[in-house]
Amino acid sequence: MNDLVPVPAPASVPAIEVRDLVTSFGSHVIHDGVNLTVNRGEIMGLVGGSGAGKSVLLNSIIGLRQPASGIIKIFGQDISHVSRRRWGEIERSWGVLFQQGALFSNLTVRENVAAPMYEHTELPRKIIEELAELKIALVGLPAKAGAQRPSELSGGMRKRAGLARALALDPELLFLDEPTAGLDPIGAAAFDSLIKDLSDSLDLTVLMITHDLDTLYAITDKVAVLADKKMVAVASVQELEGSDHPWIREYFLGPRGRAAAAASVKAGTIA
Amino acid sequence: MEQPAEFSVTEGPGRAVAVLTGDWTALKAGDAVKRLTEALAAQPDLDLDLSGVGRVDTAGAYGILKAGGGKIDPDLIKARPETLRLLLLVEDAAKPKPPVKAPPRGFLQMLIRIGRGVVDVVQEFSETMVFGGHLLVVVVRAILNPARIRWAACISLAERAGLDAIPIVAVTSFFIGAVVGLLGANMLQQFGASVFAVELIGIAVLREFNIIITAILLAGRSASAFAAEIGSMKMNQEIDAMQVMGVDPFEALVLPRFLALLLTIPLLTFVATVAGLLGGLLVTWSVLDLGPSFFLERIVENVGPTHFWIGMSKAPVMAAVIAGIGCRQGLEVGGNVESLGRRVTAAVVHAIFAIILIDAAFALLYMELDL
Repeated sequence: MNDLVPVPAPASVPAIEVRDLVTSFGSHVIHDGVNLTVNRGEIMGLVGGSGAGKSVLLNSIIGLRQPASGIIKIFGQDISHVSRRRWGEIERSWGVLFQQGALFSNLTVRENVAAPMYEHTELPRKIIEELAELKIALVGLPAKAGAQRPSELSGGMRKRAGLARALALDPELLFLDEPTAGLDPIGAAAFDSLIKDLSDSLDLTVLMITHDLDTLYAITDKVAVLADKKMVAVASVQELEGSDHPWIREYFLGPRGRAAAAASVKAGTIA
Repeated sequence: MEQPAEFSVTEGPGRAVAVLTGDWTALKAGDAVKRLTEALAAQPDLDLDLSGVGRVDTAGAYGILKAGGGKIDPDLIKARPETLRLLLLVEDAAKPKPPVKAPPRGFLQMLIRIGRGVVDVVQEFSETMVFGGHLLVVVVRAILNPARIRWAACISLAERAGLDAIPIVAVTSFFIGAVVGLLGANMLQQFGASVFAVELIGIAVLREFNIIITAILLAGRSASAFAAEIGSMKMNQEIDAMQVMGVDPFEALVLPRFLALLLTIPLLTFVATVAGLLGGLLVTWSVLDLGPSFFLERIVENVGPTHFWIGMSKAPVMAAVIAGIGCRQGLEVGGNVESLGRRVTAAVVHAIFAIILIDAAFALLYMELDL
């Protein structure tokens, strides 16, 4: 019956909805009633201390982990109660950039980007290859990178290639796990503006785990803060600066937070 | 230049002072820390004067701190500011930690380990069942819809796991056949029944050695390769990436390996049979002077095709076991290098163990069937 609902669901339905999520490893509880709503078109940052369970939350949302209890909905579909076919549609509607890129190491970059298209579309081989080239150019990789293997690329290029693969099926939803970690400041800034541009022009909804305060200031619409096993706040960075939660205060008003805030204000006045 | 650490106690006006000199570093402190500890134990109200020391590193600072009972009173120490800062830094880091609960020892520990072992065996069994079930579903789905099979991967794996293994399988089998021939010829000659060496070679090679040699070589060659390939993909999150892309790793990784071995092991077994018989033939020819045509005639008349088919009938089972164990161990690899090594080893060991066990089961089965 559910299958009759057409897949782009009405715009009022949030892209991601997590309710009362509980996750635990044995007796060690990671999430104890986490709630999160990401609306369409939003760029949501996800922050939290090391070991707060950010990646675990991401893995739960993309279906790699079964939560102990709670509901996760993608475009209004509860992912634990969907038909096989609908699950395939959901999987086609998102792209995931893993922390290390997770490119298939035995394929070239072009084949990596083409892989989701071969899997899910009936496009002719030539078109797929052209589209893969297009995506590679779109994320700012030189054309010769397409023929290289992931092991021949630098860390930053591997992230870009991972992004190109995540964008292969033109997803509505993009998950990024620490997209700028390990990049130099220039590369990180370029990556930030790339994501911002893509999400503006392709109307993407983005959920990104990041520790990069500059990224948070530069491109996120809202930031979700995971602490004490719960989502303690979901608000814009400016609002979070005024929060009285001790961890948030330390995060945003520490020396690094202040420097990033100052940089973003400066960038704003110049722009 | 570096000076060994040293100190001297001077009884000045007022309080006594221990004046430290030299380099208080991990390399140069020597037994000065121990002596300072003893001096401070004998004279607890000694002040410290560190203004004359050369270099101090964290090891030296920790020694001075411990000698002073783990506490530093900045007012009672004369030192350059950077030395004092280091001392305070080390003091902060060396603050007593909450006692860690001691792990249980002795009998209790033994019980815990036995319990864990039992739980692990049960878990291993249930996971193997889950793996087998999943593989079965994928195989049935592939049979119903052969378009799902990734033929390119199957063929390339068949080349790597099968074709490339021909030389080693042939050579090993050749020598096994020759050795059986040699031993048989020597033994049977004593009874004047040396012609029966041909039957001995035929039965041994056709029924047992061809498949056992092939399977064990492939367990060492391919089960380990499968486990390592899939395991390193798992470590690199490639399996996760596949899953979120909507690709079933069983369909993309396990099924092609399964099919590749299913295709090549019977062929390799045939190669092993021919090579083993050839080895036996050369031995009977040179040692017993029985010509090739006599050898082949006896094989056809007295050994016959039954033994050949018995040997071949084991091949698909062995293929399933080798591919299954290799892939399963690969998928069990965790996030670290150590688990990769352990799983690859386990793949080979489990596969060889299973091969021997299955062969024994087949031997019993065919014996009961009077074949």
